[in-house]
Amino acid sequence: MTEYARLTIWRGETIDAGRWETHEVPFEAGQSVLDGLRWIRIHRDPTLAIRFSCINANACKECMIELDGNTVYACTARLQSREMRLAPLSNKKLIRDLVTEIAPPAERFFKTNQTA
Amino acid sequence: MADLLMRVDTDVLVIGSGAAGMMAAIEAASNGSRVLLADRSLIGRGGATVMAQMTVAVALGSETPDHWTHHYEDTLSSGRGICNAQLSQLVCEEGPDCIRIMDDWGVGWARKDGHITQVMAPGHDRPRCVYVDFLNTGPAVSKTLRAKLNKISDIRRVGDLCVVELLKCDDEVIGAVALHLGSGAPLIIFARATILATGGLTRLYHRNSASNNMGGDGYALALRAGAFLVDMEFVQFFPIGHLAPRLVGMDPIMWDPFRYKLGGRLLNNRMEEFTQRYGVAEDGKYVIARDIGSYAILKEVEAGRGSPHGGVYLSFQHCSEFELRNAFGPVIDRLASNGIDLTKMSVEVAPMAHYHMGGIAVDVQMQTRVPGLFAAGEAVGGSNGANRLSGNAVTEALVFGRRAGRSAANYAKQVAARPDHAVNIDAALDLIAAHSPPHDLNTPELIQTLQTTMQEDVGALRSRTGLERALSQIDRLTTAIGERPAGNSNKFDMRGLDWLDLRNMLLVARTVAEAANSRTESRGAHQREDYPITIPEWSFNQVVGLHDGRLSLSGFSAPKSVTANAK
Repeated sequence: MTEYARLTIWRGETIDAGRWETHEVPFEAGQSVLDGLRWIRIHRDPTLAIRFSCINANACKECMIELDGNTVYACTARLQSREMRLAPLSNKKLIRDLVTEIAPPAERFFKTNQTA
Repeated sequence: MADLLMRVDTDVLVIGSGAAGMMAAIEAASNGSRVLLADRSLIGRGGATVMAQMTVAVALGSETPDHWTHHYEDTLSSGRGICNAQLSQLVCEEGPDCIRIMDDWGVGWARKDGHITQVMAPGHDRPRCVYVDFLNTGPAVSKTLRAKLNKISDIRRVGDLCVVELLKCDDEVIGAVALHLGSGAPLIIFARATILATGGLTRLYHRNSASNNMGGDGYALALRAGAFLVDMEFVQFFPIGHLAPRLVGMDPIMWDPFRYKLGGRLLNNRMEEFTQRYGVAEDGKYVIARDIGSYAILKEVEAGRGSPHGGVYLSFQHCSEFELRNAFGPVIDRLASNGIDLTKMSVEVAPMAHYHMGGIAVDVQMQTRVPGLFAAGEAVGGSNGANRLSGNAVTEALVFGRRAGRSAANYAKQVAARPDHAVNIDAALDLIAAHSPPHDLNTPELIQTLQTTMQEDVGALRSRTGLERALSQIDRLTTAIGERPAGNSNKFDMRGLDWLDLRNMLLVARTVAEAANSRTESRGAHQREDYPITIPEWSFNQVVGLHDGRLSLSGFSAPKSVTANAK
């Protein structure tokens, strides 16, 4: 049975110049928030930026975001038929949309906050 | 212009940081090289290794007496007659040493009565597979190698770095141009030797068990640099990938070890066992080879006896709650959180793209035909022939990674001072800069279209009609994406990254479809409905090259016998 989640997603490249954007996402019980975000990229807006690799095994630990203010893995948080607010991690440097700089400092090309 | 760009110089560039890439980096550094270990994702997180919840095949002889030659015989037999025997030998002969090194580094192989536990897996003549409990083998291997890397100052690790093209000078590979995802800027890497450890191509398929990064980019990079690919028609489908109900937080191929332990039953929609129709009854052993299992399931679905989501049922309902808890350990709680109670219900399973037997053609030193270019791990083709023996993937990653790291370090010592110009540098930089007018492609949708095409027409059951339909679709998609990237060269521009991925995926998809169309027989993972028999005359390998933008396919016979490996 198809239900709908209202995903309200933070978009932007700098934390003081962003906006909230809402998409209705169809889902079946058991599907993850990451399933919903991937659906949005294909069906609504391919420019939405999210970081993930393993899709649903919860092995890569790359898809951390904030759901209603709490840190979650998008691949294990479930879609629900309600409004869900998705934001980038507030304690990490923002890269774009839901993507933050989560690599250990030694594994970044730019070791400081410098950018190209 | 070039001197305004970001530039890094290194002895050895390793692309990809799964087990093969990490092992290669460690070995190259210990042979005196400065190493740049680059990954398009995070280091040691995004490849296939971290997903490997299963077992690792190695002739340790700790459970029952064993010798690498027995493992080798099983590997060749699984490979259905077309393994590159020298590469298979390398895996089996050096596997025990690599597994012991990992043990020394603290990976934590499961032990019983003081020895490393070894269990049976399909295709093996004795208990040979080591593991880390519970379903933690791959993550433990990754974590152990990451910890080792971190202590080596000669290895520079850089994540979020997507290699777009290998750089060529006088027919040698001299480094790469990469897109730094976090800034959107190009990076030029000059390297004396380059190792492709980019894994396989499972992302080409709609149903797959590996990470999103495995789009075959290393195969495309190798082809464009002038290397050959071999055995591209042989994509391994894992027969009982999880299909339904939706299961999150678990690798979709998790069911296999439990099926061996507990005798999970494969049933059609009449709740009957069916594999005996396709030549192999379960007989209480549940160790059907992967190629035969996939074939049986797809034929059962085709005959209208499949489950609602298009697979078959896997049932553990004959097991008691105690047996299930004992075998699954904490996994039973993760299943419960997904609403799955195995005492009361079956799950649906179906074949999923899992591993690629084909890959970059190398010699036993992991050197391609292009000077300066090496490969390691799943990216390499040949050691598994037409069907990989279960448990050989991590072994091969470690063995090939170590060999490639050593070879690349030796090569780097011998080459003269590197030229810092490359014939193709401007074209590669141009792909990243994307200053042309933006076009409005829905790149994730195009990727999905390709994945559906590959699943339906270049999957575990193939025919000329389907393969030609797929090749036409690949033509259409290639025209659709054009020569210029989508996107805006912005920070973490996913649409632009998808475009670069599609460029690689379409080239690699074409190699698979063309090789599959050319092989007019069925063998191992390559099953043709229109040519259902294995034909002895086809006991050779197909090689793909790229010349002036066109693919060429030719036959050759990989080494078929054991030799003394050059150490």
